[in-house]
Amino acid sequence: MRGVALTALLAHWRRRPGQLATLVIGLALATALWSAVQAINAEARASYDRASGRLGQGAYETLTDPSGSIALETFVSLRRAGWLVSPVLEGRMMAGEMRLLVTGVEVLTAPPGTLAVTPGGADDIDLVALISSPGLGFAAPETIDRLDGADRLPPLRPGALVPPGQMVTDIGTAERLLDRRGEITALVVLPDQPRNRAPLSAIAPNLVVNPAQQQGDMARLTNSFHLNLTAFGLLSFAVGLFIVHGAIGLAFEQRRATCRTLRALGLPARDLMGLLLVELLVLAVIAGGIGIVLGYAIAGALLPDVAATLHGLYGARVPGTLSFDPVWAVTGLAIAVAGAVIAAGQALWRVRTMPLLASAQPRAWATVSAVLLRRQAIAGAGLIAAGCATAWMAQGLIAGFALLAGLLLGAALMLPAGLATVLALGARAARTAEGQWFWADTRQQLPGLSLALMALLLALVANIGVSTMVGSFRLTFTGWLDQRLAAELYVTVADAGESARLETWLDSRADAVLPVITVDSPIEGAPGEVMGVADHGTYRDTWPLLTARDGAWDELAAGRATLINEQLARREGLAPGDPVRLAPGWTMPVAGIYSDYGNPMNQAMVSLDLLETRYPDRPRLSFGLRTDDPEALAEALRADFGLDAAAVVDQATIKRVSLEVFERTFTVTGTLNVLTLAVAGFAILTALLTLASLRLPQLAPAWALGITRKRLARLELMRSLALAAFTFIAAVPVGLALAWSLLAVVNVEAFGWRLPMHLFPMQWLVLLVLALAAAALATALPARHLARTAPADFLKVFSNER
Amino acid sequence: MLVEAKGVRKRYSTGGDPLTVLDGVSLQLAEGETLALTGESGSGKSTLLHLLAALDTPDEGTIRLDGVQLVGLDDAGLAAQRRQTVGLVFQQFNLIPALDVRANLAFQARLAGRHDAAWQGHLAERLGLTDCLGRYPEQLSGGQQQRVAIGRALAARPRVLMADEPTGNLDEASADAVMGLMLDLVAETRAGLLMVTHSSLLAGRLSRRAHLSGGHLA
Ligand SMILES: Nc1ncnc2c1ncn2[C@@H]1O[C@H](COP(=O)(O)OP(=O)(O)OP(=O)(O)O)[C@@H](O)[C@H]1O
Ligand SMILES: [Mg+2]
Repeated sequence: MRGVALTALLAHWRRRPGQLATLVIGLALATALWSAVQAINAEARASYDRASGRLGQGAYETLTDPSGSIALETFVSLRRAGWLVSPVLEGRMMAGEMRLLVTGVEVLTAPPGTLAVTPGGADDIDLVALISSPGLGFAAPETIDRLDGADRLPPLRPGALVPPGQMVTDIGTAERLLDRRGEITALVVLPDQPRNRAPLSAIAPNLVVNPAQQQGDMARLTNSFHLNLTAFGLLSFAVGLFIVHGAIGLAFEQRRATCRTLRALGLPARDLMGLLLVELLVLAVIAGGIGIVLGYAIAGALLPDVAATLHGLYGARVPGTLSFDPVWAVTGLAIAVAGAVIAAGQALWRVRTMPLLASAQPRAWATVSAVLLRRQAIAGAGLIAAGCATAWMAQGLIAGFALLAGLLLGAALMLPAGLATVLALGARAARTAEGQWFWADTRQQLPGLSLALMALLLALVANIGVSTMVGSFRLTFTGWLDQRLAAELYVTVADAGESARLETWLDSRADAVLPVITVDSPIEGAPGEVMGVADHGTYRDTWPLLTARDGAWDELAAGRATLINEQLARREGLAPGDPVRLAPGWTMPVAGIYSDYGNPMNQAMVSLDLLETRYPDRPRLSFGLRTDDPEALAEALRADFGLDAAAVVDQATIKRVSLEVFERTFTVTGTLNVLTLAVAGFAILTALLTLASLRLPQLAPAWALGITRKRLARLELMRSLALAAFTFIAAVPVGLALAWSLLAVVNVEAFGWRLPMHLFPMQWLVLLVLALAAAALATALPARHLARTAPADFLKVFSNER
Repeated sequence: MLVEAKGVRKRYSTGGDPLTVLDGVSLQLAEGETLALTGESGSGKSTLLHLLAALDTPDEGTIRLDGVQLVGLDDAGLAAQRRQTVGLVFQQFNLIPALDVRANLAFQARLAGRHDAAWQGHLAERLGLTDCLGRYPEQLSGGQQQRVAIGRALAARPRVLMADEPTGNLDEASADAVMGLMLDLVAETRAGLLMVTHSSLLAGRLSRRAHLSGGHLA
């Protein structure tokens, strides 16, 4: 019985391969976009975990010297005083084409896990080979690939936790490779130190304690970015489910008669449900499988851009290649199945509750009454209100996302009722019979199209919102760069000797020399840097201050106050006049706040003199130069003074590079935007193809009364265009609201800065054209089909056998 | 002559052997004349009506509709003939579901550019539709739907009304009432009437009768 029943149910798909394809493609697309985002997130997180396994950012406290290297005597006296510390030498070298970070640890005294070879810290390796010449090096597999053929390196072994671009080895090997014998750059403080050891301040007061980090800073900083991506993935998934919902709904509706016959022939309702569920699961698994493969491809294509984004925004290093994780694949399948069940829930329920003897009246599969439209609209308004209320009452990123979710879902739910109103108005205003019919008929198509139109609305809203945000960011960023990069040339030197020579050399050659010293320092306990700047008009005139006390620059020059960046001010809730802790034991009042886009870290500015007094060993290694003729001066710096080409950079180059980084940063969002729009277009196509079979009885009378097929097809096209255009009009305000919440709520939480909102009507125009094109493309096929429908097919509608 | 068909042939090719449904049919309908087209099921009555109504084209033969030769007209030309000359009533699916009764009644007349509110009001009254002008087709009974269809066909004052078993879906009493109304109104407008029917009772109420059998008229 069941076998026969299943054959009868499956026969449907053989007759309608297009419907089957729609279902599978929709579900596969939804799964693909969702799992691509998941894969990207997982890859990035894995690389943060690896990065935080690195020394200095790792699980142990470390000691460093502000000058960069720790004297051997200091190490010896610490050991004598009972400190259990293990030396580390870290430096960069050129290996082949790559600037390799070499980290040498003393294998015998280093705490477990510092070699970062295996997860869990059991560094199970051949010690003898490691400490004898030529030694061993551990690096990430992709680093090993890139280092293939580089000379001077020891044999390399894969280290699962070593971040890309780094090699961990024995300290002796590192000394040899870096040619820095007897040097130490950091000391790892082992856990379980003896209780009565002498305090650090008594033995080595110049050393700085870097606290161990429980959770990777990168993970903390980038969390919000990944949340953003996840939200986008979820949105795409939802849009995909709209397609599946439509296809499944129609398939079930068309098989109503079959189902009823099967029930009448004695198949229990439970068995029927079971069969339908099995069919659904099989389809979902197939579609999910395709989706996973697709998702993997999409993720692989997007990852380099995501990596660039993460690097540009947070300085996080993520490899550009994707690894395959079976858990991810299984999750993707599960999502596909869950999505299919959700999308089919309504249809399954209808089969379950279907009466055995139904009325003969064939009902449209998605007939939605005016009452339902109104109820939907009220629910939508409620959702928007709830989102706003949450945003108003709650704080932080959650509030931002509640606002976004309420806004998007609410707007989608309100769309059909809004369109119905517009179409009713259109019908009332229509002058000709054809026009009147056009509007009324369009309104009748609304229930069947509303899901697809909701998908289109979501895609358009996301597009407008994100592009407004990116556009505002770009505009602000460009202006900000002009302010921030006021000096014509930027120069870096290698050491204190060269620095002193340079200052003398420049004395008569540059209009102004502006040395900058930067010290890494935990500002208010979070990673940050303190910058020492000279007192000069360049800063006073151009530095992008957001708010400041009167006389802020004088206070800064006198060493009485500091200027802090916006992200620090927002994170710590600081305003001018508040004290800020720039380093352990060093607190200063805030004189003003400046914008500092693209910097993940806390930053504070103090006077150069003050910073040099606090850190006397820090040489002046960076300079901004004011000059009338930057080209000539740059040339002279290279040719006469003998600086490296790379050590002299002009303002224009920095700006160009910064903007390039910025543009790459948002490629990902752009790509996801286009994909979502494509999916929405596909949803429209599906809905139209689904409706096409129901259309014939609606169109046949109009044809019989003298409207040509060509005209009917053209009207179908115009119908889609009108609906797309109205949906677009609805999307503009919602998109702007979305942009506002991104700029004013989400961005502030995610990045620590708030941007002014700008409007870009030209972009909307482009988007409108895109939306119309998507609608036209989606309608082209059904419309062409309609134009070529044989009169006999129309006549069948009227023929008596029907 | 309102309708003049000569030697009309129509074949359907459904996979196997082509099926010749009409094998040289000739027919004439004069102004004010009412003609009943009868025949067994499958004899080709609907096919013939569709050809005469410019809904389909014959394989051979000629058809003149109010003096216009249909053979050779393109899609737009045929559509114009349907708009201007013919009023059509089918057994079912006559009405445009998206429009209410008032709009359905006016539809063809407005398409043809001959909308006449007074005439339409008169028709609605005669057909007993004045109370349901704001309703949609799905909210009407079968008999009401057919009356709307007849009203719509006549609202444009067509030269000829063509009906394919217009009362096939109705019970006897309603069928009789609808039929009576149709004949009255046709007489009022002096249009020709060509009606396909199974019922010899209904056929008897028309002025002339043609029987289709084996692809020929008798
Ligand atoms: N589109 C078509 N394709 C193939 N054969 C068709 C088509 N339309 C009609 N036929 C065939 O042509 C013949 C005549 O059909 P038609 O509908 O004209 O008959 P009818 O006299 O109107 O019958 P009824 O009284 O049942 O309405 C039938 O055998 C039918 O099967
Ligand atoms: Mg027939």
